[in-house]
Amino acid sequence: MGSIKLENVTKSFGDVAVIPPLNLEINEGEFVVFVGPSGCGKSTLLRLIAGLEDVSSGNIYIDGADATGIRPARRGLAMVFQSYALYPHMSVRNNIAFPLKMAGMAAAEIDRKVMGAAEVLNLTDYLKRRPGQLSGGQRQRVAIGRAIVREPKAFLFDEPLSNLDAALRVNMRLEISELHQKLKTTMVYVTHDQIEAMTMADKIVVLRKGVIEQVGTPLELYRNPANLFVASFIGSPKMNFLKGKEAARHDAHTIGIRPEHLSISRQEGLWKGTVGVAEHLGSDTFLYVTLADGSQVTVRAAGEVELSHGDSVYISAETDRIYRFGPDGLALK
Amino acid sequence: MATDHSRIAARLMISPAVLLLLGWMVVPLSMTIYFSFLSYNLLSPGTEEWIGLVNYEFFLTDPAFFAALGNTLLLVGGVLLITIVGGVGLALLLDQPMWGQGIVRILMIAPFFVMPTVSALVWKNMFMNPVNGLFAHLAKFLGVAPFDFLAHAPLFSVVIIVAWQWLPFSTLILLTAMQSLDQEQLEAAKMDGAKKFRRFFHIVLPHLSRAITVVILIQTIFLLSIFAEILVTTNGGPGYASTNITYLVYAQSLLQFDVGGGSAGGIIAVILANIVAVFLMRMIGKNLEA
Ligand SMILES: Nc1ncnc2c1ncn2[C@@H]1O[C@H](COP(=O)(O)OP(=O)(O)O)[C@@H](O)[C@H]1O
Ligand SMILES: [Mg+2]
Repeated sequence: MGSIKLENVTKSFGDVAVIPPLNLEINEGEFVVFVGPSGCGKSTLLRLIAGLEDVSSGNIYIDGADATGIRPARRGLAMVFQSYALYPHMSVRNNIAFPLKMAGMAAAEIDRKVMGAAEVLNLTDYLKRRPGQLSGGQRQRVAIGRAIVREPKAFLFDEPLSNLDAALRVNMRLEISELHQKLKTTMVYVTHDQIEAMTMADKIVVLRKGVIEQVGTPLELYRNPANLFVASFIGSPKMNFLKGKEAARHDAHTIGIRPEHLSISRQEGLWKGTVGVAEHLGSDTFLYVTLADGSQVTVRAAGEVELSHGDSVYISAETDRIYRFGPDGLALK
Repeated sequence: MATDHSRIAARLMISPAVLLLLGWMVVPLSMTIYFSFLSYNLLSPGTEEWIGLVNYEFFLTDPAFFAALGNTLLLVGGVLLITIVGGVGLALLLDQPMWGQGIVRILMIAPFFVMPTVSALVWKNMFMNPVNGLFAHLAKFLGVAPFDFLAHAPLFSVVIIVAWQWLPFSTLILLTAMQSLDQEQLEAAKMDGAKKFRRFFHIVLPHLSRAITVVILIQTIFLLSIFAEILVTTNGGPGYASTNITYLVYAQSLLQFDVGGGSAGGIIAVILANIVAVFLMRMIGKNLEA
């Protein structure tokens, strides 16, 4: 239970084509993350799967059955919205119970399920409160609770963590991952944050302007980005790109080197440069270095590195970790 | 208003307005109270004398008072019912995307800008007139006897006229409230398996409760003192069939020239309005809390 297949799906608003023909398969039990910059059509794609938008053409299959024209509730999917979309006039208990009441379930059964979900999500003490009396993280959990009581075929999340502060985001990321381990239900998760994608996904779908740029596991995308866009989008800090003479030496139009594959030294190295800003995080140090030819590169050095603004340094790259790209932006083998 | 200094300055600055409003209220109120204890008839000037509570006794034991009290409540209740139910319905319709939305909305508000006397006369002469009215023509076209609304259902007719005037107000407030509903809540309800009707009752209506409360409170204040519509259509009749408290006070003081009795009626009307206000706040006031 819980496989989703999109076949030649397109979506236009008026005469603006947001999703050109798109094919995608999501396997049972997978945690799939749609990632891409803002406005690239991630939410639209998710809403098409949910049935909140009609496809302009193409078909959507859920568990092998054509679900294209079926209304949202019948698709057996549950969605967690970015704004949480809790019902403000209902208590937490009634919020979580709402889908079960709509399904006409017996009161005792509803109670049992709500208590079960509340326990999993640490909401037992808050069942009587209204959403307005909860913190952001608690609201998020209520929204998830409302989704899990339905025991859906798949969960759809639309940027669920973007309204939380950084510390809470890390927590909730773990909680959602743990939930996936426990439930083993298919999850489709939308985010513009590549860190969320890398940390949570079994499979990442990178989108740009409605087009799938690459599909793969986090490490596949990290090791073998198909093009410049994926290369610059996946990984943090961003990959460094060099053109011109350096690229030509590698028979490429552009070469890319990740900050963590560069090493820095005061004495010797491939390129000479000057340290601009140095960010000391303790565990890592990020150095923004201007090379002799004027290009800027970011270098990650492990641990505490005693370098600061204006220092002269030499930089070398691990030669087997240089990515090469052609003039069309595609990766060269 | 953080500091003592700014608090004092603020009080000083609003005090002229407060004093003016207070005078505006206190002077007529105390004069009315004073008159209500006098035997004061305009037909026999110079014979005013203190008669204590006789005016009140007279007004409260008058059968017309109970008729008027009932009519006032029916009028307020009837108009509220029509404007709230109709307003929610119209707001739902106007909230749908459609061609010419802007113009339709402006047309919707139009009745609110027509003076009460004018709209009541239009209804009386062009719609409800048993000979020339539109309804009479319609009845004749359908082959039934025309109905003389103002003679046979006077209070109902007044309710219809007043409701027509106030419908735009409630529609507008409810429409604004409806547009502030987070669409994602409706979508969440859709995914949760709630169909149209249940989405309306579980999501839309609770969201509107505060706006409905505001409409009820504001309208009640104005509806308790409906006067012009009655004056130009039924004159409170036949008998007392469409007389409300406001109209009864008018009849007492200006048709029977009994200023004392009218004043007593006025004070009673003020007390009744306060009772209604307390009841309303008890019943629906909690909707206004955050
Ligand atoms: N209801 C709509 N009507 C018209 N255009 C829309 C609508 N919804 C989304 N769009 C457009 O579709 C594009 C993709 O939007 P969206 O899926 O929300 O992006 P994302 O979630 O990736 O940030 C945007 O350019 C947006 O303006
Ligand atoms: Mg989005």
